[in-house]
Amino acid sequence: MSGTDRLFEDRSPGVEEYEPTASYLSYTVGLGLAIVATIASFVVAQTNLLWAPGVPVGLIVLAFAQIGVHLVFFLQLGSGADHTNNILALAFGMLIVFLVIAGSVWIIANLNSNMMPVSMH
Amino acid sequence: MTIATIDRAPTAVPTELARGRGGGGPAPKRIVVAYGFWIFILSDMIMFAALFAAYAVLRGNTAGGPSGAELFNLRSVFIETMCLLFSSYTCGLGALSAERRRLDFFLIFGALTFVLGAAFLFIEVSEFAHMVEKGAGPSRSGFLSAFFTLVGMHGFHVASGLIALVYLVAQVIANGLRAAVLRRLLCWSLFWHALDIVWVGVFTLVYLMGAS
Repeated sequence: MSGTDRLFEDRSPGVEEYEPTASYLSYTVGLGLAIVATIASFVVAQTNLLWAPGVPVGLIVLAFAQIGVHLVFFLQLGSGADHTNNILALAFGMLIVFLVIAGSVWIIANLNSNMMPVSMH
Repeated sequence: MTIATIDRAPTAVPTELARGRGGGGPAPKRIVVAYGFWIFILSDMIMFAALFAAYAVLRGNTAGGPSGAELFNLRSVFIETMCLLFSSYTCGLGALSAERRRLDFFLIFGALTFVLGAAFLFIEVSEFAHMVEKGAGPSRSGFLSAFFTLVGMHGFHVASGLIALVYLVAQVIANGLRAAVLRRLLCWSLFWHALDIVWVGVFTLVYLMGAS
């Protein structure tokens, strides 16, 4: 016996299956991409590389890109059959997160613009 | 190392067909446990979403006090970000080493993960102390209340993660890399990676957008 056979000889066949989906390489690739996205975010925020009104959009795009890198390379969320349930739960979680954040911002901005002017006293 | 566990369901079908979607019998326990923990993480994300929403609403309400641009030091935020990112990386390598039954690598990567996480927390707490010293504590303005709640909650999660890591490494040393401990390690690494994802939101929305 050699390699993975020997490592898992004490397991009953099949039940705790070994899934070689993750590898040192995939984490290293993820780290590289995440570093690139992070540095790009800091550069975009602190220089005039992007047209000034476009900076928030650029930052949000970079943040989503980095979150995607983290999900795929660090959390190992793939398209395999094992991940179907996880992906569905993630999609629902993202829907709720979007509703909470966008809804709050929208409602409060609307309330703010309809406020009576406050008199200072 | 021979360990008998009671959580092996006898299955009549080949497990490569078992995917927990009704076909081919029960999914492996590892998959089921990770799914349950994933649901917990997503509910934690929804809590963070509420704090992000509060911050987004209150970010302009400085009540005459200091704004983000005057308070934030992007240099130390960058160092914090890198600490947490590399900590996430070593955490992944540690989980992989544990899965491959390499105890020595696991302990090295676990120690690195702890040191990097603790460095992140140290920088964050000293920044907080510096801000409070300057009179920009959480009671100064709505902006600062939301800031300390959001960033402080993330820091609290990191601190709990560090305590849980010490507890898990103690379990590994005491019991070896048995199946139940491996599943806890898997959950812990999910938690740690998720914290790094929250931090991406924090440094983008709070620090970078606040300082520019």
